[in-house]
Amino acid sequence: MKDTYDNRTPALSPADDPANAARLRQLWETPPGLRGQLATVDHKIIGIRYLVTAFLFLVLGGLEALMMRLQLAHADQHLLSPAQYNQMFSMHGITMIFLYALPVLSGFSNYLWPLLLGSRDMAFPRLNAFSYWIYLFSGIFIYTSFLAGGGPDSGWFNYVPYTALNYNPGQGIDFYALGMILFGISTTAGSINFIVTVFRTRAPGMSLNRLPILIWGTLTASLGNLLAVPAVSLAFFMLWMDRRIGTRFFDEGGGGDPLLWQHLFWMFGHPWVYAIVLPAMGIVSDGLPTFCRRPLVGYTPVALSTVATMFIGFGVWVHHMFATGLPALSMSFFSAASFIIVIPSAVAVFAWIATIWLGRPVFKVPFLFFASFVLLFVIGGVSGFMTAAVPLDWQLTDTYFIVAHLHYVLLGINVFPVIGGVYFWFPKMTGRLLDERLGRWNFWTLFIGFNLAFFPMHISGLLGMPRRVYTYPAGYGWDTLNFITTLGAFLFAAGVLLFVFNVALSLRRGEIAGPNPWYASTLEWAVSSPPPPYNFAVIPTVASRHPLWETHLPEEGSGRSILDQGAPLAEARETFGVTALDGEPDVILRMPTDSWTPLVMALLLTALGYGALLRNWALCGWVSVGVVGCLLVWLWPPAAPAKTLKYRTMDVRYD
Amino acid sequence: MIDTISFRRNLPVGAVGHRALGWWGMWMLIATEAALFAYLLFSYFYLLSQSQNIGLPATPPSLRLALPNTFILIGSSLILWWGERGMRRGRMMRQLAALGLALALGVIFMAVQGEEWRNKTFSITEHAYGSLYFTVTGFHMLHVLGGALMLAALFVWTALGHFNAERNAPITIGALYWHFVDAVWLTIFGSFYLYPYLL
Ligand code: HEM
Repeated sequence: MKDTYDNRTPALSPADDPANAARLRQLWETPPGLRGQLATVDHKIIGIRYLVTAFLFLVLGGLEALMMRLQLAHADQHLLSPAQYNQMFSMHGITMIFLYALPVLSGFSNYLWPLLLGSRDMAFPRLNAFSYWIYLFSGIFIYTSFLAGGGPDSGWFNYVPYTALNYNPGQGIDFYALGMILFGISTTAGSINFIVTVFRTRAPGMSLNRLPILIWGTLTASLGNLLAVPAVSLAFFMLWMDRRIGTRFFDEGGGGDPLLWQHLFWMFGHPWVYAIVLPAMGIVSDGLPTFCRRPLVGYTPVALSTVATMFIGFGVWVHHMFATGLPALSMSFFSAASFIIVIPSAVAVFAWIATIWLGRPVFKVPFLFFASFVLLFVIGGVSGFMTAAVPLDWQLTDTYFIVAHLHYVLLGINVFPVIGGVYFWFPKMTGRLLDERLGRWNFWTLFIGFNLAFFPMHISGLLGMPRRVYTYPAGYGWDTLNFITTLGAFLFAAGVLLFVFNVALSLRRGEIAGPNPWYASTLEWAVSSPPPPYNFAVIPTVASRHPLWETHLPEEGSGRSILDQGAPLAEARETFGVTALDGEPDVILRMPTDSWTPLVMALLLTALGYGALLRNWALCGWVSVGVVGCLLVWLWPPAAPAKTLKYRTMDVRYD
Repeated sequence: MIDTISFRRNLPVGAVGHRALGWWGMWMLIATEAALFAYLLFSYFYLLSQSQNIGLPATPPSLRLALPNTFILIGSSLILWWGERGMRRGRMMRQLAALGLALALGVIFMAVQGEEWRNKTFSITEHAYGSLYFTVTGFHMLHVLGGALMLAALFVWTALGHFNAERNAPITIGALYWHFVDAVWLTIFGSFYLYPYLL
């Protein structure tokens, strides 16, 4: 068939054709300057923004934690008032669970996915930019509560009736409620983008059984979020309506029921815990094998158990509702979460240990983080198992034992892999390696600080110290333990500082990395560091799970991926669309160009949030009109294709 | 060796039919919105079963307006489907008419539903049932409004000649959304209007 505007047989060219590269650069590069930065849709820039922003929130949440730890270092202190302490632990939980833990993983995924998949961008680049902006603004939105008279103070799960208007008249809860709706929009937009990306925009031959585990993790998390986030957005919306419009959803006097809050919140909360854990496990499953010099043992079981977790996770919910009833539900949340996650975790842990065992480990800094993750994971799993046992649960619920457990789970499974992941991919993102020696200091400070801070909490919990208390009397045997915990917290903070220092230093003086400093096996390491704006000069053709290790791995099959020649797809911003399972190309997709609409849209929705907060309905109305206008601009289709033109100019898009 | 690479064949460029990313994106949007309405209805049934005095009116709600209104919405979906079939054979005028008609029916639905709201003897703040009724139908109204705006945009774009028999992904995607909004109404109608007759 002849090439027309509508149909074409992709050309074939060598990867090192300079004319092609120049053309692609012109098509894909974000123009310099502020305007270019604000309008960019490049997934690599957005991914790094996610990472940096999430890290800043980690630091904020960490500062809140340090204030709490100072307060609790000795008995009977008054650095923080009880009201301030409540805001501190609430905002600490909110910041860590929502504003840090998932976005940081989205940052990795955003940066890496198109590179791992052999594609040029996410499926919806503008939506991607939008989901970043609205995430940033939702975080700022929640934090502005401190400027307006006080933050939320009822813990991150925000139980009604503590949060009903008559018990909690300030505006902190409203900030939290409306901010979470904005945040939910970000999460949902991001999830949609990930799901469609994995099914549609991959390199030819990248079939589902060749996807890196990180992709399985984020895909599963996204599917879970897609279905779970509406529950919490709705719950927060109802709560806000109860408080400010006068509805009676949670008001027993009006026929409502406070327990409805708990149901909706945990319907969401359960999958959420997997969402902030599974992609991190994916980071380890992909990173660890690189330093063991062999492929992950048990790819298929690990991939399958990743997906299975989420199914079971939703299933557990049903079990809670019909079998155990509510008290056990609300108390043993974290333990129940860990109980279920034991199944895939066991699979994954055995896979990781076998990988280390059968490989030839190279003790670089990322390996230290990934391997210690495996250790912390086992400890967290054991304490989770303990709390999952009902009689113990009664003893331990709402004590520091729970605080210890949840930090072992969250820091162990999220923070350690994340920092390891930064050490691993920093050279790809910046072109320079992080300093190894500083990295070792960094690792050991974090690891020792972490255990010093959180291990003693198990004991203070067993000795009966309740969580969420702003102080305690001397003489219960908690004093020394608390002091050690505070010391550990500060040591951990020092470790974080070291990390920041290492990043700052290595950005300027780090060793030049080259394309593949770790001799890793996946596609992102096939391109230069940092990758060019268009990722791949020609779209690769993939024939195995480890395109860069094929010559070393005869047992992985005889397939040979082709990276040195392929389709340049340089008529406009283009990439292949493929069939969902096998990765057969079935369309040449036109990708959108840079645009202001994502930023404007995010600003408008944030303004809507403030409008609702102030109950300024006129403002809300006008902003809504703006939202509709912005959507129109965003979605405006190109004029009907004129058959006479062979190709149109680059700013045309069809999607 | 190069010849075996599967991309060396004639491929469509841009968004066509179900290969359009937007088509996939719309299904995702529908999935998350369906979950949203499922949680709304869960809240309704949960409070019905758990709460003593939710405020359910003694007599089931009248179907005088709601039933015809349901048929209006179903009709708009059918018309849209009819228009799309014509469009695939290049009959763009028929598609234009279908978009216009579906839009008009959507607007009528909203007007009738507004009348229905005015006739209610309770308010959103009176009791949990009032809160639920107005919130759930209100969420749906917002979706109809969104869908109507979308139909209006598609109408304009079709009139401007943006689409033809092969290139029409936005229409297909928009119609999908409209069908979804109608399907949601059926579940709401069943839960709030028909279910009380069974109690
Ligand atoms: C330096 C690191 C950290 C320290 C010293 C720390 C310390 C604390 C302290 C003292 C509490 C309050 C306990 C109470 O009064 O009940 C707390 C609660 C909590 N922390 Fe951390 N934390 C740290 C990091 C993290 C991270 C990284 C996450 C999540 C990824 C996290 C998630 C939570 C959650 C969810 C709560 C419960 C909040 C609530 O009760 O509503 N923390 N943490």
